[in-house]
Amino acid sequence: MNFDLTDERQMLQDGLRRFLRDKYTPDLLKQIADSETGTSSDVWDGLADMGVIGALFTEDQGGFGGAGFDVALVAEEMGRVGATDPLIDTGILGGGLIAALGTDDQKAMIEDIIAGTRQLALAHGEPGSRYDLSRVGTTVADGKLTGRKAVVVNGGAADTLIVSARTFGDVADQEGISLYLVAADAPGLTRRSYALTGGGHAAEITLDDTPGTLLGTEGQAFDALPTAHARATCAISAEAVGLMDAIRELTVDYLKTRKQFGQPIGKFQALQHRMADVLIEIEQARSAVINLAGHLEAEPAVRDVHVAATKTLIGQVARLVAEESIQMHGGIGMTEEYGLAHLAKRLVMVDHRFGDTLYHMDRFIALAVA
Amino acid sequence: MNLNYTDDQIAFRDEVRAFLADNLPARLSEKVKSGEELTKQDHEEWHAILNARGWLAGNWPVEYGGTGWDAVQRHIFEDEMTKAAAPRIVPFGIAMLGPVLMKFGSEEQKAHYLPRILNGDDWWCQGYSEPGAGSDLASLRTTAVREGDYYIVNGQKTWTTLAQHADMIFCLVRTKKEGKPQEGISFLLIDMKSPGITVRPIELIDGSVEVNEVWFEDVRVPVGNLVGEENKGWTYAKYLLTHERTNIAGVGFASAGLEQLKRIARLELSAGKPLIENPLFAARIAQVQIDLMAMATTNLRVISAAAAGQAPGAESSMLKVKGTQVRQEINALTMQAVGPYAMPFPSEAVDGDNAPIGPDYARAPTGQYLNNRKLSIYGGSNEVQRAIIAKAILEL
Repeated sequence: MNFDLTDERQMLQDGLRRFLRDKYTPDLLKQIADSETGTSSDVWDGLADMGVIGALFTEDQGGFGGAGFDVALVAEEMGRVGATDPLIDTGILGGGLIAALGTDDQKAMIEDIIAGTRQLALAHGEPGSRYDLSRVGTTVADGKLTGRKAVVVNGGAADTLIVSARTFGDVADQEGISLYLVAADAPGLTRRSYALTGGGHAAEITLDDTPGTLLGTEGQAFDALPTAHARATCAISAEAVGLMDAIRELTVDYLKTRKQFGQPIGKFQALQHRMADVLIEIEQARSAVINLAGHLEAEPAVRDVHVAATKTLIGQVARLVAEESIQMHGGIGMTEEYGLAHLAKRLVMVDHRFGDTLYHMDRFIALAVA
Repeated sequence: MNLNYTDDQIAFRDEVRAFLADNLPARLSEKVKSGEELTKQDHEEWHAILNARGWLAGNWPVEYGGTGWDAVQRHIFEDEMTKAAAPRIVPFGIAMLGPVLMKFGSEEQKAHYLPRILNGDDWWCQGYSEPGAGSDLASLRTTAVREGDYYIVNGQKTWTTLAQHADMIFCLVRTKKEGKPQEGISFLLIDMKSPGITVRPIELIDGSVEVNEVWFEDVRVPVGNLVGEENKGWTYAKYLLTHERTNIAGVGFASAGLEQLKRIARLELSAGKPLIENPLFAARIAQVQIDLMAMATTNLRVISAAAAGQAPGAESSMLKVKGTQVRQEINALTMQAVGPYAMPFPSEAVDGDNAPIGPDYARAPTGQYLNNRKLSIYGGSNEVQRAIIAKAILEL
């Protein structure tokens, strides 16, 4: 039993934490929020230079990490500063699917991803598909795709989109789903990009006879999606823990400095006990992420129990931490200008990607209870 | 014990319902339903319609142009207003200042300000909270120093709701520094156009702008604008708070929110079936509905006692805590029901010429969830309410 980081991971964590602390000033966050893409190319280049994107890939894939603990470590640090950079979208989902399914030619793209010169997005969810991974109504004929994709995170900035389409079967069948690489400037493709609550951008994407290149076996792409989603769930859950730590720090500082009735409000036992509960739940969340990271490479049946358990718990704790921290701040916690707003919103929105508490509780019941 | 309205009360309800059906502009109710911010003109338009019918001031006696309704009638009116998705009546002049002036104001103040409130000549805002005085309101530091026929006011107020629209502000100011903090506070009416007043809007986490900071720099206020006696302002403020809290439970808002939640949960599909058929989600809706049913009756018990002449006391603290818990839970479930389309930032989801993002019902819930975190913070935070309950009811 050893919960310490290896020397390599410790170095990566130290370096990344320093880099992000320096970069992510309130000015930068504002600049990013006001930008067209919701990201900073300066930070992205820095992340690539430090090997942070490469840490999401195995050595076989051309990277220098790729294990669950690498993914969790990187994402947690990003969360700690409320970073909005699309590591999950370009690296874990985009790069991960190409690494899993791509031909040698297609895999050459991973080098560009690790170097920070190519942005990707997974265009899979559709209006009405909610969190169901097998619900795909986008059609394909002669390698040309037609359909609509919903809330594609990083879809506006992506150079290449990985688009799911149905080759055969009914709309909810796992069999019959194919993935295609589609250039962002392909004919018939339109994107409407918009800002997200908690930072970053997503796009509504319409495809009308848009040409794509097959990624993986036609009609047999589904099995790659739960694997990619498991890794993305690990990342976003770890990011949530980073956000929780940052929020806890801000809130405790506030409890120590804000005075009412002649004393710091942190002296009131009613608030002390609630903050203690917040700490207990954050540690539960941290352990849940360790559980998932440690089982990310396990066989799918085992892995998926941890995906469901971790994401359920993360969603529950995220709501508690966000709501309690705003409440204990009072009015100032309601303002956009104060640093808590961005962190709390980003934390709340974690429950709206890769399945929410409801979806994962249902999955957990099916996999581990029933 | 009889849980039903009397025949008179039912007749009154039907009259209110018919009036709203005939007179509430669809444009306004659509805005309320979609969670869109109302403009100053929207509010003024609706106030004028109600005033023309004589129903603007539900909590005022007839002699001042009010309705003279009892607490049950007021409840019925508010309930019907919420069900019809009518804009809420802006509370600062009608619900808050009016009763204070009637009880403590001079004859001149009553004769001048009360008709102007009804006619919409003055938009009022409330200058209570300060950066250093939130839950501990009595520690406020904005000062008013008497110089001849004027008070000279210096300081800062914050969380001043809709001050950007206001013509007038009623303020708690410090007129004496000695003694207990509560004993040196006065209640002052200040013209927002006075030289030395600066208003700065505060953007909230949902992107809305409804609260402001208000600065006072050597603002000259005629002594005739003092309400009641100098240094008695705390008494008036407490009196005002009992009026602010008459509809504190927000049963109508909760009922409307619950309907909206169910509507969305019927339309959203999860694994091919309506979300509302998911047993886990249905159980959570059931829980909040059960809470709401009981709370609605607690609310009526308090209203009934008030109609019988008992002054609302710490019971309103109980209603505030439970009421905000129920509403915030409904907000959270509604945001969850929307799924991935809860993610677009509220102001981006409806953006000028572009087609709206996602289904129409998906646009408001995230903003409402974020904005309604305020419910448990304002009007005396829920922590303060619990302290009042512990002290006044439990005598701990």
